Amino acid sequence: MLKRVKEIIEEQLNLENVDITEDTRFKEDLGVDSLDLFELVMAFEEEYGVEIPSEELEGLTTVGAVIDYMKDKGVDA
Amino acid sequence: MLKGKVALVTGAGRGIGREIALTLGKNGATVIVNYNGSKEKAEETVAAITAQGGTAEAIQCNVASFEESNQMVQDILAKYGRVDILVNNAGITKDNLIMRMTEADYDAVMDTNLKGAFHMIRHLSRTFLKQRSGRIINISSVSGVMGNAGQSNYAASKAGLIGLTKSVARELASRGICVNAVAPGFIETEMTEVLSDEVKENVKNVVPLGRMGTTQDVAELVLFLAGDKAGYITGQVLHVDGGLAM
Repeated sequence: MLKRVKEIIEEQLNLENVDITEDTRFKEDLGVDSLDLFELVMAFEEEYGVEIPSEELEGLTTVGAVIDYMKDKGVDA
Repeated sequence: MLKGKVALVTGAGRGIGREIALTLGKNGATVIVNYNGSKEKAEETVAAITAQGGTAEAIQCNVASFEESNQMVQDILAKYGRVDILVNNAGITKDNLIMRMTEADYDAVMDTNLKGAFHMIRHLSRTFLKQRSGRIINISSVSGVMGNAGQSNYAASKAGLIGLTKSVARELASRGICVNAVAPGFIETEMTEVLSDEVKENVKNVVPLGRMGTTQDVAELVLFLAGDKAGYITGQVLHVDGGLAM
């Protein structure tokens, strides 16, 4: 799952050759602002068919947190 | 000028909204003519646009309803795939002095004029973000800037639109989306037709340009704001009022 999540992040943020691991923090490491994050979430929702409510966004600060959240929701990839 | 663009104008069956729809249609945009009660009028607007070679469709929806307005947006996106221009024009008046104003009259005006705009922007913001472009034009009023005796509900809703405009302009600016408010003054429409002759006569004295405006005066500004040439204008309140507020 990390591989595809990485691809989505790179595509959404127009990043190339960045080191993205589960520990990567969106704000601090990738410099995303709140709109970027919103758009990333939209892309994840589309790819994995889950809905991530706005209240949950605050907890999703790292790539790993997003992956765990989606796994919790029954996404298996 | 707007070829290939899809424009949604709320409350476009009559008055200023109708003229905006006609003007955008004349300039190449595909126009969604939203209406709530004025079905026949909306169909007339559509017919007038198609008669001048444009493309238009009338869609009924009460923008005061969160769910209904979402449904309208989803239907439009399913059919046209995009929306480039949103004009929040739908508005009603229920004038009365503050001590006589009922809660129902206050709420009805706020729900359509202010909350309706919020609903439309809220439901379309995702689309605009994805497109990395979009124009939102909110039709405010000189009442919202100066206040107007007998219109505390209407003026509050129109002033609220200005705050909404500026906040959304800030939120969406980084994605190339421009959000502006247009504040018409006294414009000759059915809404102002009901004003007494005395009030109409007084207009000539208080408006520096000495006359009421036409719906075309407003529509031309909206056309400009909707077009590519206005890409560096956002968060503004533009007055079309003959100099009434300055």
